[in-house]
Amino acid sequence: MSTILQVEGLTRRFGGLTAVNTVSIDLRIGEVHAVIGTNGAGKSTLINMLSGEIASSEGRIRLSGADVTRQPQPRRALSGIGRSYQRTTIFPEFTVHENCRLAAQARNPRPWALWESARTCNASVQAADAALEATGLASVAARLAGTLSHGAKRQLEVAMCLATQPRVLLLDEPLAGMGAEETDRMLALLERLKPRHAILLVEHDMDAVFRIAERITVMVNGAVIASGSPDAIRNDPQVRSAYLGEEH
Amino acid sequence: MNTTSLSMKSAPTTIAAPRHGGIWLPLAVAAALAAAGPVLTGYLGDMVVKVMILAIFALSLELLVGMTGLVSLGHAAYFGVGAYVTVIASGDGAGNLALLVALAMLASAGYALAVGVLSLRTRGVYFIMVTLAFAQMAYFIFHDTPVGGGSDGIYLYARPALGPLDMENRLTVFYVVLAALVFTYALLALIRRSRFGAALAGIRANEQRMRAAGFATFWYKLAAFVIAGALAGLAGFLVAARDGVVNPEMLSWHISGEVLLMVILGGIGHLRGAVLGAIVFTLLKELLSTHGVVGGLADHWQLTLGLSIIAFVALLPKGLIGLVQRSAKEAK
Repeated sequence: MSTILQVEGLTRRFGGLTAVNTVSIDLRIGEVHAVIGTNGAGKSTLINMLSGEIASSEGRIRLSGADVTRQPQPRRALSGIGRSYQRTTIFPEFTVHENCRLAAQARNPRPWALWESARTCNASVQAADAALEATGLASVAARLAGTLSHGAKRQLEVAMCLATQPRVLLLDEPLAGMGAEETDRMLALLERLKPRHAILLVEHDMDAVFRIAERITVMVNGAVIASGSPDAIRNDPQVRSAYLGEEH
Repeated sequence: MNTTSLSMKSAPTTIAAPRHGGIWLPLAVAAALAAAGPVLTGYLGDMVVKVMILAIFALSLELLVGMTGLVSLGHAAYFGVGAYVTVIASGDGAGNLALLVALAMLASAGYALAVGVLSLRTRGVYFIMVTLAFAQMAYFIFHDTPVGGGSDGIYLYARPALGPLDMENRLTVFYVVLAALVFTYALLALIRRSRFGAALAGIRANEQRMRAAGFATFWYKLAAFVIAGALAGLAGFLVAARDGVVNPEMLSWHISGEVLLMVILGGIGHLRGAVLGAIVFTLLKELLSTHGVVGGLADHWQLTLGLSIIAFVALLPKGLIGLVQRSAKEAK
């Protein structure tokens, strides 16, 4: 399987603090690559650099071979890198469908076409419908996003990301605050998305990570201390002492 | 699943929610004004024209405050630049109406472009301060340099004209102003329902998410800022063409504050709100400064106006338009 996102020696310094230290990872279509680590390990900073939200101090990011390290976030999103946020960032005052349609509109912008109604943009409407269908939110499409349950908001967060038709999904703690049933639903969704997307999953729920990930990278203090299959990670003595604790 | 019933909440303010009466109410108001033009004479006619011009000004700010979520406290600058350019470009004869409108709007748009490029890199209260600072800069340029006649301002030699349209004629002024108001309202209504407007609504709600989806939000905000500046310039042109005089006070921060109050008073997020706000604010100011109505208090109209605005905002957090919508709902 081919690598779609290639990250080499990515580093981010904030003054004297090195939040992310020469991290290299590859993402492949058909794989969930989980990044785990304690709070402050640099996982969110890593996602922010991959999505273009903050600039990297050093290193290189290649998407399908093309260097995107210096691309600003909107350009990178259009190149196919979609992301979800740890803190839910939906548009609470719009309907669920409008949330997705607006996200999809990024691919069909035509801002100068003032005579065309935003609601009748077929490509965006279809992309929104597909994203809602995929995430199981079609039945609440007409609801105001702000009135959804926490779990449904998290699903909408992913649906909005899907509506932009990305090839790479960067998911920042999609399971945060979810109950067991909602977690199962989200993991099932990720399984369905896997064949056509490369997924980077930052997550604290270890059971979920070990259930779904093909590869796991462990970060401590901004640096990668181990990377490999779930089995290899589970048995890595360094990881056990640094992070997983004795019960695993 | 959270099942909070929607009926508990007020009408959802979705991206381009349908309004009571759709496009028919604004059209009916425009038609009624057009029909009433000849009989709106004297003081009443002057007031109507003044309110229509201020409604254009308020609508231009609504594009920023309500539709994009950008609170500018320097909007008088574009209003004033449009007015000054009209007078300066008129020279010592009657200028061409169409040419002067275009020049006024272009100049205001140009200044908005320069200010927007710099100020839109900031957010929130910093954006408010930067827009205010640039407006004060423009104010002092006209106030303290000979460009625009200094603190006294400058007069038009003759009002603009274009063929049979002569702004010396009261009725022509009325219809030109009405046409400008209809144009402004229609343009903003089109923007609201377009993809551009939807993107602006998204930026207002959550800019970070818009960037993550792939929108280069800076350019969207800049476009809105420039259009708003051009429309404020249109209002400025109309004031200059009607009054025949401009002075630096048009660019002062009081004016920026007043137009912002109109938008807030009417109800942020509604084109009708901006128009309603312009009407009510102007009438309030007029009433509270008239001795025949409030007696000696008229000398302290700033105080009574301020207290009234505080009362309005405290009692009507959604503005006057919120009151209209509430009574429309109860009537059902």
